[in-house]
Amino acid sequence: MAIDESVRQAILGAVPSLRAFAISLCGSVDRADDLVQETLVRALANIDSFQPGTNMAAWLFTILRNHFRSEYRKRRREVEDSDGHYAESLKSQPEQYGRVEFSEFRTAMAKLPTDQREALVLVGASGFSYEEAAHICGCAVGTIKSRVNRARTRLAELMSIDSAEDFGPDQATRAVLVGNDRN
Amino acid sequence: MNDRKPPGRQNPMEAAATRNKKTPVKLSRDIQARLGQQLRAMYDDVVEQGVPDRFADLLNRLDDSGNKGKP
Repeated sequence: MAIDESVRQAILGAVPSLRAFAISLCGSVDRADDLVQETLVRALANIDSFQPGTNMAAWLFTILRNHFRSEYRKRRREVEDSDGHYAESLKSQPEQYGRVEFSEFRTAMAKLPTDQREALVLVGASGFSYEEAAHICGCAVGTIKSRVNRARTRLAELMSIDSAEDFGPDQATRAVLVGNDRN
Repeated sequence: MNDRKPPGRQNPMEAAATRNKKTPVKLSRDIQARLGQQLRAMYDDVVEQGVPDRFADLLNRLDDSGNKGKP
């Protein structure tokens, strides 16, 4: 097929964020990259259904999310404890998600139900509006809002954050580590 | 060991505390902001890796227009 140059640029521009979303969904970089690849193949096969002028990233996120969900449902039949399985896959690949200073946060994220995790990432990190996130997840805006709220509350509980001071020295250390790393 | 109290002896404050564990606690803006920072830091860590070659290669393979993504 012929890929229009503007379409190519829009797709490539969305790939870094698509990967970050995929990793947050499935917890493994290798699996996430396969998911992104399958998403791009599907997207290009259906490029005629993309409406020029609309948000390419949102369109690709929707395809990736739906594909992940159907795969996830398939595997859920094979592996009963799917969230536990996800947490285990993180434990066995501690370095795959990113740098080690995120390990506490990453572990807490892994314990969130998938619905809540994806809503939190779409709104809190990918930069989508509640409306766009609702469209991507195929649910009501109010549902996304409540999932994001529950995700935040659960994260705070899991990380035993009773007050902002709990972030104190640890947070400062992380900031230094991140700062040094990026120099 | 069973340390549960009989329901009749639970005072109203304890009952309220138990209920509060089930209903979402309102998080302070500060805590929300800091959770958000960590989430974005983790996400951006991946975003900053850019586009791995395999995806640019994939688009080239699927594209037969002769328009091979000139830099």
